[in-house]
Amino acid sequence: MPLLPKFARSLRTLAGGLFAGALALSAGPAAAVEIQYWQYVFDTRVQAMTEVIKAFEAENPGITVKQVTFPYADYQTRLIAARAAGRSPEVMQLFYGWLDTFIAGKLVQPLSPEVFKAAEIESEFFPIVTAMKRNGQYYGLPTAVRTMALFYNKDLFKKAGLDPEKPPQTLDEMVAAAKAMTVRDGAGNYQQVGMALDIARQDHNWWREILVRQFGGESYSADGSKVAYDSEAGRKALTFYTSFQKVHKVGQESFMDEGQAAFRAGLAGMVVDGTFRIASYKTIKTFTWGVTELPSQDGKRANFGSYFANAIGASATGEKLAAAEKFLAYVSSPKAMTIWLEKVGELPARRRVALTEENIKDPIYGPFIRALDYAATPPMTDELAQRQVSIDMINSVLLKDTPVADAVKAAAEREQAVLDKAKGK
Amino acid sequence: MTDATVNETEGRTGLWGRLSMSAKRVVWAWAFLAVPLLFFTVVRFYPTLEAFYLSTTDWDLLNPAKYVGLDNYRRLFADPAFWQVFRNTFAYLILGTPIAIVLSFAIAYYLDRVTVLHGFIRALYFLPYLTTAAAMAWVWRWFYQPPPIGVINSLLAWAGIPAQPFLRSVDQALPAIMVTSIWAHLGFQIIIFLAGLRAIPVSYYEAARVDGLGEGAILTRITIPLLKPTTVFLVVFSSIGFLRIFDQVYNMTSNDPGGPLNSTKPLVLMIYQTAFSSYQMGYAAAQTVVLFTILFTISMAQLWILRSR
Repeated sequence: MPLLPKFARSLRTLAGGLFAGALALSAGPAAAVEIQYWQYVFDTRVQAMTEVIKAFEAENPGITVKQVTFPYADYQTRLIAARAAGRSPEVMQLFYGWLDTFIAGKLVQPLSPEVFKAAEIESEFFPIVTAMKRNGQYYGLPTAVRTMALFYNKDLFKKAGLDPEKPPQTLDEMVAAAKAMTVRDGAGNYQQVGMALDIARQDHNWWREILVRQFGGESYSADGSKVAYDSEAGRKALTFYTSFQKVHKVGQESFMDEGQAAFRAGLAGMVVDGTFRIASYKTIKTFTWGVTELPSQDGKRANFGSYFANAIGASATGEKLAAAEKFLAYVSSPKAMTIWLEKVGELPARRRVALTEENIKDPIYGPFIRALDYAATPPMTDELAQRQVSIDMINSVLLKDTPVADAVKAAAEREQAVLDKAKGK
Repeated sequence: MTDATVNETEGRTGLWGRLSMSAKRVVWAWAFLAVPLLFFTVVRFYPTLEAFYLSTTDWDLLNPAKYVGLDNYRRLFADPAFWQVFRNTFAYLILGTPIAIVLSFAIAYYLDRVTVLHGFIRALYFLPYLTTAAAMAWVWRWFYQPPPIGVINSLLAWAGIPAQPFLRSVDQALPAIMVTSIWAHLGFQIIIFLAGLRAIPVSYYEAARVDGLGEGAILTRITIPLLKPTTVFLVVFSSIGFLRIFDQVYNMTSNDPGGPLNSTKPLVLMIYQTAFSSYQMGYAAAQTVVLFTILFTISMAQLWILRSR
């Protein structure tokens, strides 16, 4: 049997080689610590983080940070699969609404109270940072916060005889402006919409977190455990939202496939979107656009403040943990926030960095920053499932003519079940 | 045989040397079979069995699995969303398979008679089959857009027909997606049918014509019966394809996967979402067991119904 011993010998050689390789690898970290940072793919965010990492590495020669990115749709799955495989990143980005899932799954660890002092965090950051706090412990810090506003196409305003420097301030004015800008052909097909509708992206948030409150209701109970929008206000808000398409006929879901695509193409007068869209819209060359605070109803303004935070992976220990803490502190520093604002357009999470004279007066950032004053950040337990409930509710009114009251009631029951399930865990 | 080889053979005293020629052949056969066998055991059968076990647990990727008996199945059969998805899956199958088979047969039947540019036309039909499903789905998604960018709606407008919502309609979305799936697999089915048609001896047709049989009779008496093995293969193959439809649906409705209002969601997409959006691995495993059972039953039933007597 000449074959087998030869095979065994080559196996031994291979194993020896691997061992030597492993030795060489383990010799490395003594000189430099490498930590991984994970976030999802969004061009401007990745570019901004690359720049932050470069600056961090220059200031901390002993640490290298490897940025790993995944498509948004896969991102959570990758994190959870990595946790199951024992290969979690040291620092990761997560939506504030995922925190409960991540704590339950032991993906993240609480921040050391010595390094990240709660009192300091609360005095420096905007109050919505407390959404990262559980049982008195912080689990992560945001670099940037996001609010929503109304983007509008100044050229289309002018063409429709509206004053491009006086965007709508109330919901009624908004509908009137949308009507003025809508163009339909002889067959009734939209050639241009007054209002770009996009349920799956931001409109579900606009309805649930903003319109409901503007019409005098609440989205959730104060402790976040009960759905509160099955009310007169919830029904009024849904009637208002769906009337864009059903009554006023100033827009249509899926026109140009996506709301932001319609706006970019110059075929939509207005669109509700978040700070994260600014960088992308800044590349528009074919028309001028502006931003204004979301229109009010009965004098009431509301907004939805949310954010992606950075947290430390549960498995990080020793020198990797120390490096991760240093890096987290750096990405939450004023310096990183300034880079983030420039590159991504998201608002700095520290008051002092955000609320500068220059930012407040900025025609683009101003409306978003002013909204931070009255923005609410409701606790979310299962963002994906909650989002789906709102999408289905709006679709059932638009596509199946379900009465608004029934649609709101069904959605409230479904979402309550989602909240209860998360609580039971 | 030269002296040298005789000496070498006699020199071997190990186990291998004492085996007879036929025994050696068996050993070699198994040695080669071992690779695919190992592959199937580790990559196919083991995970399949594991899925059966998982379906009786509440594993969520994060916490250790706990045995829950048949809870997942009870929950599944009580879930109205599951029955909606179940209906969708069968709609893809029951509408899609016959249309795909009849269409591909008709095209193959006439293409078989075309002599001018035969290869070129055949290649055109086959081209979609070579294209990535995701890329194709996105092109079709654009075709189906409402005015002013949707190609199909532009054609309808040109013909004076009102614009259709297609993917934004709870009634039209499923057929709209099914059409793309039929189109994508048409090329493959045509090629297989063509091969089947070419395999029928020309002498049968000649004899039939001599006997004065018309084209219709030749088709129903000779061509279709003799194509039965091909048809059985394609029916089973296409049914499995429709029961497992995913790429087209996911890519054409990625804003609200399987929507609007679950109207296009097939079982595989539900499994994907349960497993990789909600991380309910146990529940998702129960769904895969149900899908497996359906696939198995339908494939067996088709083989039995279309068996050669």
